[in-house]
Amino acid sequence: MAGAAETARKAERDDIRKRWLLSAPALLIIFFAAAGPLAIVVVYSFLEPGSYGDVRWTFSTDAWVSVILQRDIFDETLSIADAHVAIFWRSVLLSLATTVFAFLFGFPTAYFIATRPERTRALWLFLITIPFWTNLLIRTFAIQEVIRNEGLLNVALMKLGLISAPIQIIYTDTAIMIGMLYVYLPLMVLPLYASMEKLDFRLVEAGYDLYATRFQVLRRIILPMVKPGIVAGSILVFIPSLGAYVTPRILGGGRNLMLGNLIELQFGQGRNWPLGASLSITLLVIVMAALLIYIRYAGTGGRNHG
Amino acid sequence: MASRFDIRRQTGFPTVALFCFFLLYLPLSVVVIFAFNAGTSIAVWEGFSFRWFVQAWSNQQVVDASIRSVQIASVAAVIATVAATMAALATTRTRPYRGLTFKYAFINQPLMVPEIVTAVALLIFFSRIKIATGYSGLGYLMIAHAAFCIPFAYLPIRARLESMDTALETAAADLYATPWQVFRRVTLPLLWPGIIAGLMLAFVISLDDVVITEFVKSAGQDTLPTYMLGQLRRVVTPEINAISTAFLVLSVAIVTVFFLISRKKT
Repeated sequence: MAGAAETARKAERDDIRKRWLLSAPALLIIFFAAAGPLAIVVVYSFLEPGSYGDVRWTFSTDAWVSVILQRDIFDETLSIADAHVAIFWRSVLLSLATTVFAFLFGFPTAYFIATRPERTRALWLFLITIPFWTNLLIRTFAIQEVIRNEGLLNVALMKLGLISAPIQIIYTDTAIMIGMLYVYLPLMVLPLYASMEKLDFRLVEAGYDLYATRFQVLRRIILPMVKPGIVAGSILVFIPSLGAYVTPRILGGGRNLMLGNLIELQFGQGRNWPLGASLSITLLVIVMAALLIYIRYAGTGGRNHG
Repeated sequence: MASRFDIRRQTGFPTVALFCFFLLYLPLSVVVIFAFNAGTSIAVWEGFSFRWFVQAWSNQQVVDASIRSVQIASVAAVIATVAATMAALATTRTRPYRGLTFKYAFINQPLMVPEIVTAVALLIFFSRIKIATGYSGLGYLMIAHAAFCIPFAYLPIRARLESMDTALETAAADLYATPWQVFRRVTLPLLWPGIIAGLMLAFVISLDDVVITEFVKSAGQDTLPTYMLGQLRRVVTPEINAISTAFLVLSVAIVTVFFLISRKKT
């Protein structure tokens, strides 16, 4: 009898060992070309910059100090810190604004798709996913074509006589926000749709039976029920917005930087790899904090992310 | 629902939704339309022409970058799909075991870290290896792409596996099939649609990448997206529209096939 239990336990151990071997290639590739190098970034953030890029192998906390220098008003390099704070602030604000607008546009859109008849629903969903799978660069270029000074929007408004001179949208913060909204909107719609699809409309009906108005039904019944979708959608829009690089680079015109561009700058003209590394870690920490909030609100065991 | 009162209706929602769809497709339509412009402007229509497609096709840099993009995407997608299939087999249809949650988290790691951070990390890491080994070929881009493609390939494969029960495999094993025969003759054919879907997702994701490629590539290793990123800083002609349009058609075609495959139930 003990022998049988022993055999079963051995079979299970073998099965688990086989499963580790099977997952090894994926884990190794990700370790080698994604997760592992992050450790090197942490190391680099504590070194001194080399004169022509790269680093000198001397321990230093200078890079970290210049990320958070704004608190030290007696330091002579205050102006640089101001620029960093402004960029941090802009990144957070623009990402929040993008998330809010994505919700305002995305919620009715997801609701619209979820309440279509079964037959056409897949088609509407497909129409949302197509722009999402289209190259990010092409979509940014496309929105640039619409909002630039000689672009479709300004030409149309001038033809209609609503404005006499083009509105300067491109190369402003507004342009960056419009661009991110355009690019990340599907990321809000998809999780919202997923939670609305399961919506039990008998509860909505019960609300109407109890003389609720349409708005009350929306606010008291539908919104609370799709809250996991709202949280997931907001996180999925907020995180890539915060780390956005391509969209602000093209639509911000090199003057209106976001965090991603500030990081890139340290590895290019700035030649300050340790600062770039410490800024990267800072960005990563903010993103992880946002993810933790997400897990606390929407995370139940076994729920897969992404 | 006999009553005229539609409980699903919310005032104004369809209008906002249709407006959203309009806004999503308007800019892309502008890009496609002006790809066929006869003039050099990307704002003033001067007649229909294929000249920009011809010009892009005869631009050696564009052709080279396209070939490079496809090379990288093919190799990365195959590596990612094989690794993701194995990982999916190892993480589904089992009782929870120690390390399973770790595997989920690790496989999805590339989705959670901002691309720019991974790009910076790879720039630092690979520049060291490039100096140490002297090798600076496309291998770096291929392995970097494979890494961030794994979670995308993993998703449909895992979903497919979880919807398959083990009855057929057990039956095959009962009929004295070896584990390899069971996998080859039963599991793999059933899993195939998921694998194809994963492969195509990985291919599109790799083809679209800008940020990581921009940081990892060595001199003269532009892919189509990084080439376009460089061009956007200069005066833009409809040649960019033509390239974008061709790119768009390819992506949409792949995604359409992906949709049809994942909708088909066997």
